[in-house]
Amino acid sequence: MLGYHLDLALRSFRRSPALTALMVLAIALGIGASMTTLTVFHVLSGDPIPGKSDRLFYVQLDANEPGAAPPGAEPLEQLTRFDAEALLREHRGERQVMMTGGSVAVQPAQADRPPFFASARYTTADFFPMFETPWRYGHGWEAADDAAGARVAVISHELNQKLFDGADSTGRLLRAGDRDLRIVGVLAPWRPVPHYYDLFAGRYAKTEQVFTPLSTALQARLPISGSLTCWGNRTTADPRAVNAPCAWLQYWVQMPSAADAPALRQYLTAYSEQQRAAGRFERPSNVRLRNVTERMEFKHVVPGDVHLQLWLAFGFLLVCLTNTVGLLLAKCMRRAPEIAVRRALGATRRAIFGQFLVEAGSIGVVGGVLGLGLALLGLWGVRQNPASYAQLAYLDAPMLATTLVLALVASLAAGLLPAWRACQVAPALQLKSQ
Amino acid sequence: MMDLRPILSTLRRHKTAAALIVLEVALSCAIVSNALFLIGERLERMQAPTGLAEAELLHIRLNDIARRDNAEALTRRDLATLRALPDVRSATSVNHVPFGNGSSDSGVSLSFEQQTPTLTAALYLVGENALATLGLKLVEGRDFLPEEVQPASALEAEEPKVPAVIVDRGTAARLFPDGSAVGRSLYVFGPSPMRVVGVVEHMAIPQPNGPRGAYLTLLPVQPVYNDGNYLVRVADPAQRERLLKDAVAALQAVDSQRIVMERQTFDDLRHEYFRQDRWMAVLLVAVCIALLVVTAFGIVGLASFWVQQRTRMIGVRRALGASRVQILRYFQAENFLLTTIGIVLGMTAAYGVNALLMRLYELPQLPWVCLPIGAVTLWALGQVAVLGPARRAAALPPVVVMRGA
Repeated sequence: MLGYHLDLALRSFRRSPALTALMVLAIALGIGASMTTLTVFHVLSGDPIPGKSDRLFYVQLDANEPGAAPPGAEPLEQLTRFDAEALLREHRGERQVMMTGGSVAVQPAQADRPPFFASARYTTADFFPMFETPWRYGHGWEAADDAAGARVAVISHELNQKLFDGADSTGRLLRAGDRDLRIVGVLAPWRPVPHYYDLFAGRYAKTEQVFTPLSTALQARLPISGSLTCWGNRTTADPRAVNAPCAWLQYWVQMPSAADAPALRQYLTAYSEQQRAAGRFERPSNVRLRNVTERMEFKHVVPGDVHLQLWLAFGFLLVCLTNTVGLLLAKCMRRAPEIAVRRALGATRRAIFGQFLVEAGSIGVVGGVLGLGLALLGLWGVRQNPASYAQLAYLDAPMLATTLVLALVASLAAGLLPAWRACQVAPALQLKSQ
Repeated sequence: MMDLRPILSTLRRHKTAAALIVLEVALSCAIVSNALFLIGERLERMQAPTGLAEAELLHIRLNDIARRDNAEALTRRDLATLRALPDVRSATSVNHVPFGNGSSDSGVSLSFEQQTPTLTAALYLVGENALATLGLKLVEGRDFLPEEVQPASALEAEEPKVPAVIVDRGTAARLFPDGSAVGRSLYVFGPSPMRVVGVVEHMAIPQPNGPRGAYLTLLPVQPVYNDGNYLVRVADPAQRERLLKDAVAALQAVDSQRIVMERQTFDDLRHEYFRQDRWMAVLLVAVCIALLVVTAFGIVGLASFWVQQRTRMIGVRRALGASRVQILRYFQAENFLLTTIGIVLGMTAAYGVNALLMRLYELPQLPWVCLPIGAVTLWALGQVAVLGPARRAAALPPVVVMRGA
């Protein structure tokens, strides 16, 4: 039956090629546009660390001065150095890190190559196992290196290519600022999307090129960048000092399971109370704990423009589908005499309905394939876009399948009304008028 | 004036097809009006003035490989060198530039005891000759005096003392709604007051696309080169590219151990900053065009079908004395009627979509001006699309039509 219907569809297409082309084109344009934007959305809102995104927690404490904001409002987004170091020392999670971003001037070993700035992450030993960094050579540093302010560094795959032509550089020296850091590890290519572990560095920033212990960076006074919030009357000129009333460190905790969140919250509340008792915190205890997924939602990581494009593209698809419904309807009404003859010769309504749905479906499949081509073209266009997320826009297997399914479903939906109208054709009336 | 009754009675017999045209026009209209509005909003944002002499400004940012102790002295030498270049009108150092990377913000209070700051403002730290270099227009009070300009290290003191401050008109009006701002005091760093000495007409904040309010303060604190930007004002905009090269070469001659992080004309800085907005505007235009083309083809398709279906009716009318023009007008009027219904529905939907966008993306209300533009576009589109099929209908010779039927 399907073969016969397909044959009929093919004949019908041959009879009115222009109209058929128009419908295929409309579906293809609609599918192309919506799949382009949907793919961008899918890439940008993906889970950056599947399996862990519900048990990695970002910690916020309310260390601000009393009048800064109403009690219970969203607390400061980062921790003071005092609190971050205290929490890290107490070591209550499976793993924990404190960190900030920065940049270091790198002097290549070859004297003829000019120095350049490389993005850096100043963090603690647990960073690598916690965020599951892939290794090319070597490994991360130890907690003892953090305590000692050891001059060690982990570098990215890209920097290793640039400085050492991709050779195993562990044990070699990296000239950063006016210090030499010993390279202990080289990452394999790694770019989590979004850049979830530090959204201050840019929501879709590239992975840092140099990783070094925070203690080392502070000793060497390597340039720190990122958000810095200070309050009260500063008693010290250096906002990065342990006792400075300044929040600038991000703090993550990994728990054994998502169910451990209440225990962590309880511990942090107790810590806040203790700090209040000591007079360091002057506001009611206000702990915020968000896992990766919650934090990405809270920070509206996916850009507004991307949402807007998604709405726009689906609006466009709707117009294209309305268009297709209209054209299919026109086509099927024009074929009323043919339907009447088939009905008179014994075709059931169901068969007529099926025939028109098959016709709509084949238009959808062809339109979908064409739309896939347009989506690939569209994504190429997106990658020319200046935004930092643009070069991430590639179609993956699930989106490829979605494209074809969407095209088929959309065209079948568009075919329903015309097919229903077609099977309502009264054979006697039509035959008589002929 | 032609009679609409025959059109209405025909449409009543083709309810579904008519409804589809109306629906398509309504959807296009809703989307196009909103897209036009978004395009307009982007263009407006891209063209907003900064208050600076943009065409005459060069921007250079330097940094060190390792931390240095003589940055303040080096900055003074850099600025003297830049000012000595031929064809350079003036030069200054600022902590941030509009459209640059980064921004410093601070709470501004009217008294030291105040618990919650009156407003949050962008802090511009500016060196000597700042107003003249930036090209800011003073509307009240005076420029900073040379002796008021503090070294950058002044802010590292326990109680920083900055004697003077200049604000722009918007900030002045918000802080002192009751009168002139000049001579009044502001508090940013601790208990030491800063006196407002002047008010400039307008200046953009460093990140005008960002979520922050547009308030700002200019403080006479000269940033050092590794923590700020040099701005150079040239006499002749046509010489900018050459002077940029000269300026960078002169700075490297002062000390070659520094990395030039950024060097561009201010126009390039602006161009770069709005790349994403420009891209989005182009995308919106492309979607609008695609949408209109699809809608037009839909109208052509359905109208052609109707012409074919009504061949007999057309023949009868022609035989009874209707002229070609009357047949043409018939289809045009029909299309106009359907488009109008679509537009009315579309406008309502446009406001619905806008209300949704307003809630989701904090966009402003759709301005009325978008509606007539959207309406005229779709009317014109409908008429153009129906012209082909209508002319084919009008060209049908009555005899052939009657005989063939």
